[in-house]
Amino acid sequence: MEKTERIKYLIIGNSAGGIGAIEAIREVDTSGTITIVSDEPYPVYSRPLISDLLAGKRTIDKLNYRPFDFYEQNRISTIFGNRVTKLDLTNNTVFLDSGQKIGWDKLLLATGGTPIVPPIEGREAGGVFTFTTLADARAIDDYIRQKPDANAVVIGGGLIGVSVTESLLNRQVKVTIIEMKDRILNVILDEKTSSMEDKAVRDSGAEIITGHTVSKINGNTHGEVYGVTLDNGSVIPCGMVIIAIGVRPRLELVSGTDIRVNRGIVVDKHMETSIPGIYACGDVAEAYDFVYRENRLTPVWPNAYLGGRTAGLNMAGKETDYPGGTNINSMKYFGVYIVSAGMIVAPDTTYDEIITNHEDIYKKLILKDGLITGMVFSGDVDRAGIIYNLMRDRINVESFKQSLVTDDVGLLSLPEKVWRNRLATAPVVNGIENSIN
Amino acid sequence: MRKIYIKEEVCIGCGLCEVYCQLQHASVHDLIKAFKKRGPRPLARARVEAKGNLSFSVRCRNCDEPQCVYACLTGAITRDTESGMITVDEEKCIGCCTCMLVCPLGAIKQDKEHKKMIKCDFCQGEETPACVANCPNEALFCVEYEGAEKKVTAEIPSPV
Ligand SMILES: Cc1cc2nc3c(=O)[nH]c(=O)nc-3n(C[C@H](O)[C@H](O)[C@H](O)COP(=O)(O)OP(=O)(O)OC[C@H]3O[C@@H](n4cnc5c(N)ncnc54)[C@H](O)[C@@H]3O)c2cc1C
Ligand code: SF4
Ligand code: SF4
Repeated sequence: MEKTERIKYLIIGNSAGGIGAIEAIREVDTSGTITIVSDEPYPVYSRPLISDLLAGKRTIDKLNYRPFDFYEQNRISTIFGNRVTKLDLTNNTVFLDSGQKIGWDKLLLATGGTPIVPPIEGREAGGVFTFTTLADARAIDDYIRQKPDANAVVIGGGLIGVSVTESLLNRQVKVTIIEMKDRILNVILDEKTSSMEDKAVRDSGAEIITGHTVSKINGNTHGEVYGVTLDNGSVIPCGMVIIAIGVRPRLELVSGTDIRVNRGIVVDKHMETSIPGIYACGDVAEAYDFVYRENRLTPVWPNAYLGGRTAGLNMAGKETDYPGGTNINSMKYFGVYIVSAGMIVAPDTTYDEIITNHEDIYKKLILKDGLITGMVFSGDVDRAGIIYNLMRDRINVESFKQSLVTDDVGLLSLPEKVWRNRLATAPVVNGIENSIN
Repeated sequence: MRKIYIKEEVCIGCGLCEVYCQLQHASVHDLIKAFKKRGPRPLARARVEAKGNLSFSVRCRNCDEPQCVYACLTGAITRDTESGMITVDEEKCIGCCTCMLVCPLGAIKQDKEHKKMIKCDFCQGEETPACVANCPNEALFCVEYEGAEKKVTAEIPSPV
């Protein structure tokens, strides 16, 4: 029988999560073999930057998340452009579409998300795209070059929809966003801030239709899109459609296996799945959310990296707990700066909201029993991290909560014990007195 | 690796650390020119906080577990392996402020004119950083480390 190569650390997915894991493994184990596999054919790139590529603001060689010699420097063998088709949990082996088999000691599933494409009639027409990969951005770019006069319908007014809209407007493509709910960015912004974005999007020249869905994509006899029909029967002519409804965990490898899945792959505090030795992180994983105090999908880049880092440390034998993550977003679409984290609206009356709002500045905190469970800041987002970390560390802010939404919020808004901890001030070195502890 | 520490009991909140930080990062090294003549004022990477008699100067601590590095969307923030310093690659930075949202000190901020993040850079190669050199009360001092810093154990109030 042909012998299968066995790798100490096998990573599937070459993005935030996979790289976080690699960097952590190498902090602990400098020589164990690492192989990373991705069906995307490039070295790691920053996924959020595909909008800058499409906008024409950045060239493809400037999307890289790590230096191009990253893999060599870290002694990582790479398999890019090949898909893992099957996991064999009995023999700790994966199968690739190339026919290759690889065995593992520790496996990380950092397979990310896949765009949701609802079964809308006509979705196979030419000129219909999704927008989550570098290849998507290049395909849309090519299409615009061929059809510079085509205007676009973007289905979905979430982060990806607004992001692609900004890029398209930069390319002088006219855009109409169709959002099913009553406001854009409704998952990550509250009413106030989403109306600010709504205004900014419209001021930039795009149209937004809320409260409707696309029921049909209309293609001509050449199979090319020429418009969409909405659920109310109205027709919007267009030369391209971007489906940006969202992403869902890419679970194809684990479905039908014993690895426990809820909405995503369920992991424990070490980012380990229900099968020992197999870890998961990032958009595919359902990991601990410190706001909701349960496992949730939190598909954002920082959490993918940190989850990957935690997985990597544990895979290499350094026991480490995932500090938890929650949905965090920082955006500057159309020049409007907004950050949000955790809950964006109070779920019920047992929660308090404190808000300051003057001129362009809007700061809102959501609290329950003295703990911050959500924040939405706009206009002045400086030092927002001070507050985010109070939320993450579950520090009771009841006695000083009002000071957290003032203009001059700082470390001195916090109790002495907390700011001293944050500054983690001087140790005793060369006779210099430790001034703090 | 190097760190700058504060002695808040002798800080009088005069703000000179901010001023000299601004000057250090200005295009001209003359106070009047830098502050009055050449376009927008340079930005300080240190911040003085004051409340009553208490005051101290805050800047990036080059954390052992740098949340900004972990969160950065583009790979613009990294730790320089030689100096241990957390640095921002201005060419890569897109000014999305994700790093700002996770920094526990509020020590990284945006240069709004250039839409890039800025933070303490130890005055890039200066023997003594400008803030430390110019504090009239020696409320700031530098410590050089061989390896990782000794962990400080001050407790965070426990959740209810
Ligand atoms: C346009 C856009 C804008 C965004 N903006 C932001 C933002 O501003 N802030 C933010 O925090 N997040 C943003 N995100 C989300 C962020 O990009 C994701 O949360 C992050 O990329 C998740 O990283 P990951 O490592 O979990 O997976 P992914 O980045 O999804 O990568 C997974 C990789 O695994 C590969 N893979 C999957 N299955 C297999 C298989 N079977 N075989 C081989 N390879 C496989 C995939 O091809 C992919 O390369 C944005 C996303 C998009 C698309
Ligand atoms: S910018 Fe903030 S999070 Fe990053 S190293 Fe400095 S203090 Fe730490
Ligand atoms: S603002 Fe710049 S440095 Fe900060 S997370 Fe965004 S790209 Fe990275």
